[in-house]
Amino acid sequence: MKKIKCALIGSGNIGTDLIYKIQRSEFLEPVWMVGIDEKSEGLERARSMGLKTTALGVDGLLPFVLEDNIQIAFDATSAYVHAENSRKLNELGVMMIDLTPAAIGPLCVPPVNLRQHADKREMNVNMISCAGQATIPIVNAVSRVQSVGYAEIVASLASKSVGPGTRANLDEFTFTTSNAIVQVGGAKKGKALAIINPAEPPVIMRNTINCLTEDEPQQDAITASVLEMIKEVQKYVPGYRLVNGPVFDGNRVSVFMEVMGLGDYLPKYAGNLDIMTAAACRTAEMFAEEIISGKIQLQAKETV
Amino acid sequence: MSVTNLKGRKVLLHDMCLRDGMHAKREQISIEQMVKVATALDAAGVPLIQVTHGGGLGGNSLQHGFAMASNEEYLQAVVPKMKQAKISVLLIPGLGTMRELQSAYDCGARSVHVATHCTEADTSPQHIAYARKLGMDTTGFLMMAHLNDPAGLAQQGKLMESYGAQTVYITDSAGYMLPGDVIERVDALRAVLKPETEIGFHGHHNLGMGIANSIAAIEAGASRIDGSVAGLGAGAGNTPLEVFLAVCDRMGIVTGVDLFSLMDVAEDIIVPMMDHLVRVDRESLTLGYAGVYSTFLLHAKRAEKRFGVSARDILVELGRKKMIGGQEDMIEDTAMTMAKERGLLKAQAA
Repeated sequence: MKKIKCALIGSGNIGTDLIYKIQRSEFLEPVWMVGIDEKSEGLERARSMGLKTTALGVDGLLPFVLEDNIQIAFDATSAYVHAENSRKLNELGVMMIDLTPAAIGPLCVPPVNLRQHADKREMNVNMISCAGQATIPIVNAVSRVQSVGYAEIVASLASKSVGPGTRANLDEFTFTTSNAIVQVGGAKKGKALAIINPAEPPVIMRNTINCLTEDEPQQDAITASVLEMIKEVQKYVPGYRLVNGPVFDGNRVSVFMEVMGLGDYLPKYAGNLDIMTAAACRTAEMFAEEIISGKIQLQAKETV
Repeated sequence: MSVTNLKGRKVLLHDMCLRDGMHAKREQISIEQMVKVATALDAAGVPLIQVTHGGGLGGNSLQHGFAMASNEEYLQAVVPKMKQAKISVLLIPGLGTMRELQSAYDCGARSVHVATHCTEADTSPQHIAYARKLGMDTTGFLMMAHLNDPAGLAQQGKLMESYGAQTVYITDSAGYMLPGDVIERVDALRAVLKPETEIGFHGHHNLGMGIANSIAAIEAGASRIDGSVAGLGAGAGNTPLEVFLAVCDRMGIVTGVDLFSLMDVAEDIIVPMMDHLVRVDRESLTLGYAGVYSTFLLHAKRAEKRFGVSARDILVELGRKKMIGGQEDMIEDTAMTMAKERGLLKAQAA
């Protein structure tokens, strides 16, 4: 069966983990890995896994995009370079999955709004943040039952799973996630809290989702909706698990989740990174299916 | 045991009643009470007074409780009333952001504790640099400091100094440390920090060691001490400031604060404000003994009422699971899991 050829930009942990997930996909094939350091472990590993590599950044990939028929690219670099990467690849008709906090394109949480983005043939979609992927489905599961005035999420991450980029820019993580709780989760107001726990052995990613419903919560409907949503997420993140709840206290609905990763390249406790790569892969697959079936035809943008 | 002569040593006292004390009051301190306490502390000569939600800037949340007013409202009411004291705030990256710091500065805050867990200093560079850019007196505040060894803690302090922190604090959030632990950590920091970088100590009184630990810190070279009048703070409270001040006076340590005025603030204003007597009791002693974050105390007591698992059992379990400050959601979660195991709560089929 025909597969859509993909490029991975950024040869760090996220990019490397993506190779494993994309290689398993029915619809995707990883072809290029783009880095900036020829001797990096990520590029070395990509070569050993059969990918073509360049250490010249996106510019090193551009001459091969049409020749190798690259149609989808994943950007796991940084918000600072994503805009340029996206512009250059969009011009060549490549659709971008953005795993940086740049958020140029619409925010995507697969079980909530991926269908909508695919229908609109977006050329750039943003995967928000690990905490966003892990919590927004639950916020949405409540808000699709009844109006949520305020939603607040707490993401606890193992210290070893939080890279230098996130650490140095924690405010961006907070803003991006808080915004997405409203934009995608459907709450009227949102707040995101992040905790980095250094315990050894590393703790599995935990997320607590609290929603304040505007009227008295419809307990049975909310519980059913949350359980159904969890099943949807489990389709691409099998280790997405309900630990406690939904529990109700007045208008407050609390759900306590855990995310265990698949352990492809990243360790299992790093469910936060795994849910990002899994959601990105799921998103690319939906677009790939549409391309393969002929519903979407990616076209090079006019250069402005 | 030899005791260093501390006569003439200058130490800066920083009161925490109106920030750490918010934990003990479930964030329910009114603007009027804030003004009354701060004015009295100012008149007693306390040079630095922290005023914010217990969790600091951005603290108003379901996770940490909603205060009676916003941080801005508290600051705007308190700052103009100060004759000599500077007002400080707390900022924990991941909870508070630079936007909120700017807003607090605009309301007159001129000093900040930028706080991280004792191993995660590298989540604070943006915030420390921003505070310095605003010209604020900036402290790097290493919480749960007993969970990092002296050499590790010193490295973390060095990082904060490199971001621009002018003071590095050893923060005994669990009230777990003994004087020897404090001295080792001050020594390790002193060995790596620049001479002009100050060292501070923030104690909790869960093992009754607040004063002894603070004196030990000063002996080893610390020059700033956090405490709260009458100990109004999380757990068994902070180092009771008026008691500490009496000890300072006896030892000849110079603080510029008037002892009898501070005793009056404790007795006439703070103690009548308390919802429960802040003291070493069964649960707060458990915090100190097990090394658990002091703020968890009242949350654990609430979970005990809701789910029927004793607060002490919950606190010990949280200590075993190595939960750190900010993970208050895990108290409810842990209590529910324990309640299920004990057959007190039905499991959800999922």
